[in-house]
Amino acid sequence: MSERVKANKKSPAPVAAAKAEAALPALGPLGMLRWAWTQLTSMRTALFLLLLLAVAAVPGSLFPQRPANPFVVTQYIKDHPEYGKLLDTLQLYDVYSSAWFSAIYILLFVSLIGCVVPRAIAHYKAMRSQPPRTPKRLSRLPEYGTLVVPAGAGLPASDAINSAAGLLRKRGYRVEVRDDGGARPSLGAERGFAKEVGNLVFHTSLIGVLVSVAIGGLFGYSGQRILVEGDTFVNTLVGYDQFTPGTNFQSSQLQPYSIQLDKFDVTFDRESPGKFGQPIDFNAEVTTKENPDAPAKKEILKVNDPVTLGGTSIYLTGNGYAPVVTIRDGAGNVAMQGPVVAKLQGDNYYSSVVIKVPDAAPDQLGFVGFFLPTAFITDEGISFSGDPDLFNPQLTLNSYFGDLGLDNGAPQNVFELDVSKLTPLNNRNLDAGGITLAPGSTFTLPDGKGSISFDGVKRYVGVDIHHNPGQVSALIFALLAVAGLIVSLYVNRRRVWVRTGTHEDGRTMVEYGLLARGEDHRLAAEAQAIRKMLAGEWQLPSDEVNQDGAPGTASTQQTPSRQGHNGADSVTTPTGSAGPAKDK
Amino acid sequence: MPFVINETMGAYSELLMLLAAGTYTVAFIAFAWDLAKSSKALRAIDLKAAEAAGAVAGAKVPVAAGVGAAAGTSEAVAGANRVDAHLAGPAGRAERPSSSAAKAGAGSAAGQTADGDMRYAGERRVPARVAVALTILGVLIHGAGVVTRALGAGRVPWGNMYEFLTTGAFVAVAVFLLVLIRRDLRFLGTFVVGLAIIMLVAASVAYWTPVGHLVPALQSYWLIIHVSIAVLSSALFTLTFAMSALQLVQAHRQKTIAAGGADKLGFMRLVPSALSLENLSYRINAIAFIGWTFTLMFGAIWAEKAWGRFWGWDTKEVWTFVIWVVYAGYLHARATRGWTGTRAAWLSIVGYLCVVFNFTIVNQFFNGLHSYSGL
Ligand code: HEM
Repeated sequence: MSERVKANKKSPAPVAAAKAEAALPALGPLGMLRWAWTQLTSMRTALFLLLLLAVAAVPGSLFPQRPANPFVVTQYIKDHPEYGKLLDTLQLYDVYSSAWFSAIYILLFVSLIGCVVPRAIAHYKAMRSQPPRTPKRLSRLPEYGTLVVPAGAGLPASDAINSAAGLLRKRGYRVEVRDDGGARPSLGAERGFAKEVGNLVFHTSLIGVLVSVAIGGLFGYSGQRILVEGDTFVNTLVGYDQFTPGTNFQSSQLQPYSIQLDKFDVTFDRESPGKFGQPIDFNAEVTTKENPDAPAKKEILKVNDPVTLGGTSIYLTGNGYAPVVTIRDGAGNVAMQGPVVAKLQGDNYYSSVVIKVPDAAPDQLGFVGFFLPTAFITDEGISFSGDPDLFNPQLTLNSYFGDLGLDNGAPQNVFELDVSKLTPLNNRNLDAGGITLAPGSTFTLPDGKGSISFDGVKRYVGVDIHHNPGQVSALIFALLAVAGLIVSLYVNRRRVWVRTGTHEDGRTMVEYGLLARGEDHRLAAEAQAIRKMLAGEWQLPSDEVNQDGAPGTASTQQTPSRQGHNGADSVTTPTGSAGPAKDK
Repeated sequence: MPFVINETMGAYSELLMLLAAGTYTVAFIAFAWDLAKSSKALRAIDLKAAEAAGAVAGAKVPVAAGVGAAAGTSEAVAGANRVDAHLAGPAGRAERPSSSAAKAGAGSAAGQTADGDMRYAGERRVPARVAVALTILGVLIHGAGVVTRALGAGRVPWGNMYEFLTTGAFVAVAVFLLVLIRRDLRFLGTFVVGLAIIMLVAASVAYWTPVGHLVPALQSYWLIIHVSIAVLSSALFTLTFAMSALQLVQAHRQKTIAAGGADKLGFMRLVPSALSLENLSYRINAIAFIGWTFTLMFGAIWAEKAWGRFWGWDTKEVWTFVIWVVYAGYLHARATRGWTGTRAAWLSIVGYLCVVFNFTIVNQFFNGLHSYSGL
């Protein structure tokens, strides 16, 4: 380690010089461009952009994000008048579609392409060319060893090299034999091309994932719908409560399937002391039809178990209670009848209720209040829900009359009622008091404005409907990426050279050396294996083998030749012809 | 729900967890003792070596055994670095020529407890053996605690913070012991066992949750796949974090010693050279990175099943992504000149800090779809 630190310390001078040189304006526009491209596609830039991407992703988890939660963002800006707006200008509420985040990943992927393409070309060439020439001094390779075949064995140098070549081929090496008629025949062998292929597949697949995600954003769509028991959803634009189309969405994409919620059951935990009343199972029974004429089909919709229909998937994402009410107006006519979706507000399905009755005559009516599945009232008169199940359902409402403002066409939130322009009829502060209803009971509004009956309670579910055409290809590319990654990390690219010669006394001398390209902690084991293989083939007793190579070095025969001291040039020679320089 | 919660099992489980924590504490002391004792013994050996070296005129002997591996070859490797640096291929590779660095160390490190390869070698270290034995006992008790928890709840025991912590600690120790079969990483014992104790205590004190059913959002076989791989990868990241931290300290120490400074961090003798630490932690990080890639992918598939979109930049997703990118950066750093060694170690450390942050702060304080701390 210390040596590396030292080396780093020494480097500033030449690096600075190189930088100065590179920055010289004498390059000309084309040269500048080329320089910029080289910089962008360098390993260092890739690393820098990767780290930058990691940092840039973080603010998205610190500030509320518009795509996930637009209301929270609005609230956040209101709550932080000092810098709320500023953060917005910096796109910190839309981090993942912001200009700066996009710039980083687009640059990263440009760099990636600029990196992958030349590497792929270089690797293709490398796969078609022969292993590099045999280094002059094999003993300088990180793994080196010698074998001696006795004179009597009848294995001349050229036969030995061919036999070694055959064995290495069997071991998966690509082998070239050189000069096998000469005095010092040798062979070069290489294996592990899959490593680089894996690396290329991995990086290319990342591009595939990105493209798939983009396709999903362009052609996909998603929407939400609330379904009370008995309701049917038909997959048309008007069927959605909320709809988010992709950039290139066309409404003709929607297949008019239908899904009806027949029954929705919730199981609550009734045994664990700390979790009493926590929901542990949601089960929605639905009837689906692929299209209006198709046969009906019964299906179960659960959390983690969506229903797939017409190219979309339907997810169970929410649920609650919908009290069923009947409202008569001053004229005695039924102005409204049916379930009202109560919006969850607090523990145990404590929910808010808003009822708008635009059809009531002579005055339009409005109700605002709460629904409690198991109502309790504290001594201070504060009501709360004691249990999520329907043990003591109760509707508590205030009522208003006047113009609801629905007729001017401006869209309104169904869960909100602006009471500022309405006249109160019932609330706690008026003589008439508030309205409190149990199922089956009716309350008559004062001044002959009508009445409200609480008929019963149904459940509702919230479903999300998604169509993402990029999903499958994203998955395929992701799987390809992992496969490439594993191959790239676990296949080792190695080169082996063997050289043979005949000693004066007739023995055949064999030396071999190994070199890894890239990280390879099993090179020594490979050297051992090859040695064993050769010794076995030539029937050399493995311990005797060492006795003659070079006196006194027996113990180093299979170990790295000279322990690093000349590792420098030994590594240099064979790598000279290595693949694309990615970090020049 | 057909399954009925078994609270007796739950109570047994909690008892076993405490017992395991107790056993680990004794193991921790033994590991610490081992560090102290070996450090002393090694110093004695070194002193003798230094004396002997002094006798041989001009001979340069590395002062500290722990440095043996790299110091012996430092000159050559630096040379290799320079010569090879401008050549093609991942820069700085020449200084990691497969086994030779390790081998070089093996011979020269007289009293070293773990050689460059981190194979078992050298003399028996009684305290270390005791510590490992105690850790095995602890992990068995701990495992029983995890299993009884699972039996009590009738499901996999990782559905809330209490269970993530207890099961996570178990996996961390188990992985550590498994690695010990092949590599002598006993010098990490204090760290791993210490962390397990902290996790168990935190689980029992701050996150205690009775056995219970899973919320519907977690009722999926993806919980088994996704979370188990995440926990396994995190356990591996834990090991590499410790190794990278030690690598930084060791690098500093080696530098000091090489410059002729005094060796103030005697206990680091027990620890292999910075280069060996870097190499092994790279290999473990590579496995863990693949695991994390799967975690991310399976998480996305599950998210698609549960929420209808495979990626939505939910807080937890953001941090899982950040961790992935940081470790991808780490792997790149290992192939970039000037970024191997110390800087790569920093990336590995930053990555682990993100893992910890993702597990603690994000689970608990950030609102998101993943808020299921179980509290
Ligand atoms: C989306 C961004 C990227 C990610 C997530 C990423 C991830 C990775 C990972 C995980 C590895 C290690 C596994 C392996 O060897 O296959 C790797 C290796 C590599 N990456 Fe990337 N990469 C990205 C972009 C780039 C870019 C832009 C370049 C080129 C400038 C690049 C060049 C390389 C090279 C050369 C290696 C092999 C290093 C070695 O020999 O060990 N990568 N990358």
